[in-house]
Amino acid sequence: MTGESRTMNMIQAINSAIDVAMGRDEKIVVLGEDVGYFGGVFKATEGLQKKYGKTRVFDTPISECGIIGVAVGMATYGLRPVPEIQFADYIYPALDQLVSEAARLRYRSAGEYTAPITVRTPFGGGIFGGQTHSQSPEGIFTHVAGLKTVIPSNPYDAKGLLIAAIEDNDPVIFFEPKRIYNGPFDGHYDRPVQPWSKFAESAVPDGHYTVPLGKARVVREGNDVTVLAYGTMVHVAHSVIQETGVDAELVDLRTLVPLDIETVVESVKKTGRCMVVHEATKTSGFGAELSALVQEHCFHWLEAPVQRVTGWDTPYPHSLEWAYFPGPVRLTEAFKRVMQD
Amino acid sequence: MTGRNLPPLSLHVPEPAFRPGDTVDFADFEMPVAGAVRRPPIDASPRDVRDMAYAMVRVLDDEGRAQGPWDPRLAPETLLKILRSMALTRAFDERLYRAQRQGKTSFYMKCTGEEATSVGAAHALDYDDMCFPSYRQQGLLIARDWPIVDMINQIYSNRADRLKGRQMPIMYSVRQANFFSISGNLTTQYPQAVGWAMASAARGDTRIAAAWCGEGSTAEGDFHSALTFAAVYRAPVILNVINNQWAISSFSGFAGAEATTFAARAIGYGIAGLRVDGNDALAVYAATQWAADRARNNHGPTLIEHFTYRAEGHSTSDDPSKYRSAEEGGKWPLGDPIARLKKHVIGLGIWDEERHAAMDLEVAELVKAAQKEAEKNGILQDGLKQSFDSMFEDVFEEMPWHLKEQSAQMHDERKAAGI
Repeated sequence: MTGESRTMNMIQAINSAIDVAMGRDEKIVVLGEDVGYFGGVFKATEGLQKKYGKTRVFDTPISECGIIGVAVGMATYGLRPVPEIQFADYIYPALDQLVSEAARLRYRSAGEYTAPITVRTPFGGGIFGGQTHSQSPEGIFTHVAGLKTVIPSNPYDAKGLLIAAIEDNDPVIFFEPKRIYNGPFDGHYDRPVQPWSKFAESAVPDGHYTVPLGKARVVREGNDVTVLAYGTMVHVAHSVIQETGVDAELVDLRTLVPLDIETVVESVKKTGRCMVVHEATKTSGFGAELSALVQEHCFHWLEAPVQRVTGWDTPYPHSLEWAYFPGPVRLTEAFKRVMQD
Repeated sequence: MTGRNLPPLSLHVPEPAFRPGDTVDFADFEMPVAGAVRRPPIDASPRDVRDMAYAMVRVLDDEGRAQGPWDPRLAPETLLKILRSMALTRAFDERLYRAQRQGKTSFYMKCTGEEATSVGAAHALDYDDMCFPSYRQQGLLIARDWPIVDMINQIYSNRADRLKGRQMPIMYSVRQANFFSISGNLTTQYPQAVGWAMASAARGDTRIAAAWCGEGSTAEGDFHSALTFAAVYRAPVILNVINNQWAISSFSGFAGAEATTFAARAIGYGIAGLRVDGNDALAVYAATQWAADRARNNHGPTLIEHFTYRAEGHSTSDDPSKYRSAEEGGKWPLGDPIARLKKHVIGLGIWDEERHAAMDLEVAELVKAAQKEAEKNGILQDGLKQSFDSMFEDVFEEMPWHLKEQSAQMHDERKAAGI
């Protein structure tokens, strides 16, 4: 069924996911800025227009509101649109269509109409993108009833999660950590990027498979502290765990809504300590939700306050990007704090 | 800047012609002559119909006679069906408005004076064409013969409300009648209608889409995104702007009406724009038919401005006498859509005062009976509501753990409180 595996980076895995899904279901259409003939600014949709035609893969006007509004209308017709928002930083003009329309259509029509759309959008920093090409707005969407939020951290998961998202009958926001499109990032920006081909997660089946939404992955087992992360920060945290030698259990959440609460709770009850890591700003970030859930479910098992390691509450800076980014220095200090008490 | 001798800048803030207490005089209104506007071929290039955006298509003249090339020459039964749908819509509005005043529901919105803009359009569309309405298109459902008892159940959020009491009154959703779920956020349905039409075209279907919004919400970004997409992909869609002059308390000048027409918005996008007398059911029918034929033959979208007047308040939540002259409605130069069509069919010899009075009575009784039927399933306030569990359903296709947990918590808390 899944066929042979090939070495893929995340872009190739995402491209393969869309390709496989489109081949199986003619109702799937791809739309977005530059996604057609050119194949997308990150090349995630390369070759798809040629293969499936212009009425299934097409460029759009530069109007995120229009892209998502049109996608909702196409879904109402019976198609399954996979719109791309070129950078997550550009998604705000589409907020009304996502928050008030796509997210609530099933509820407000009592199931008469639904919006099975998967919005793909590259997010996160570490690429010198400044404040308009680096943001992590996942917390805006996890706050909305009716949206699912998915964030892969490697090629294998990216393909499996994206196919699962496209086949899901609810609207999904699929954030792609663009810093790790070509290779995982250990947080040391001054070192050369290691390509995905050097890592096991780059072995991706050619055919169809899914990684279920709502299931986290324990990347590394440990006994002293649980680290909850997603996207790029999974790799940064993993690297710091190895460098510091702390016996941490690293959980890659993969889906933020619906959250795999069982895996989180089981791990924290085992370790008694918890650290939440994300690149997004701190206040009202998804880490606040995680911290609250851990406290609600594991209060009597906690030996120290939950530590949040996040981006600062500032816009994403350009030249001071690495002072903003929650990298090895900040994670190392946070490990000291969480292990102290 | 030195060396310049200019007066200081001044900001223009629009002001309507008449405010409360003002004597209303529409003498400056240039009444377009019925039948005078040309009817271009349906494959006309948008560039060749630009004049239509500044003219006004009218079929019925002051004597109720149908004039000119836009006369749709409808069969007597169609004319009488349109008349009855408009009368039923008005009777429905009057009774449900009263129901809100009697405390049977929380909110209501009438479309009085604007009935032709929905009813006329609905008759010119095919039943399986998809409608993306705003909140004042109850006439579409009524024209499509959707049971009014179902509409009242929704207005009451009662046990029989198919929408499980989740939406404010009048925010209908009727998939079976090809009527999209109404949103309270304005003009979000515009790009959705364009997307639906694009999908229909991409799939080689024959169905087209139609959307409605008010003139006030043409200022929303969604409107302009929708027009861009409609033009770019030549989507088979009809984009209706109901220019009823008022957006709650803001007159059409706050949407740009002082400088141009709403139909003329189409010109900049390269879309055909028509401006029609929205109180003339035959003009609305004819314009919709033209746009539908155009769309169905792959000639692309049409924007239709329906020039009309909101004869009542925005909703049950505002008092129009606080912001506009009470005389405006009575002096509206384009008259009342029902009275005008009535005059027409009487003039044709297929209708008379007696039958009209009987019809008014019949539709009023019909609404009354439907209301009584709906009230068997409860009104908003009487406790005959949806099950508490239904609050957590349909957020997602399958209920995730956190909603199950919250649902259980709600039950536990209510139990502990003894309710």
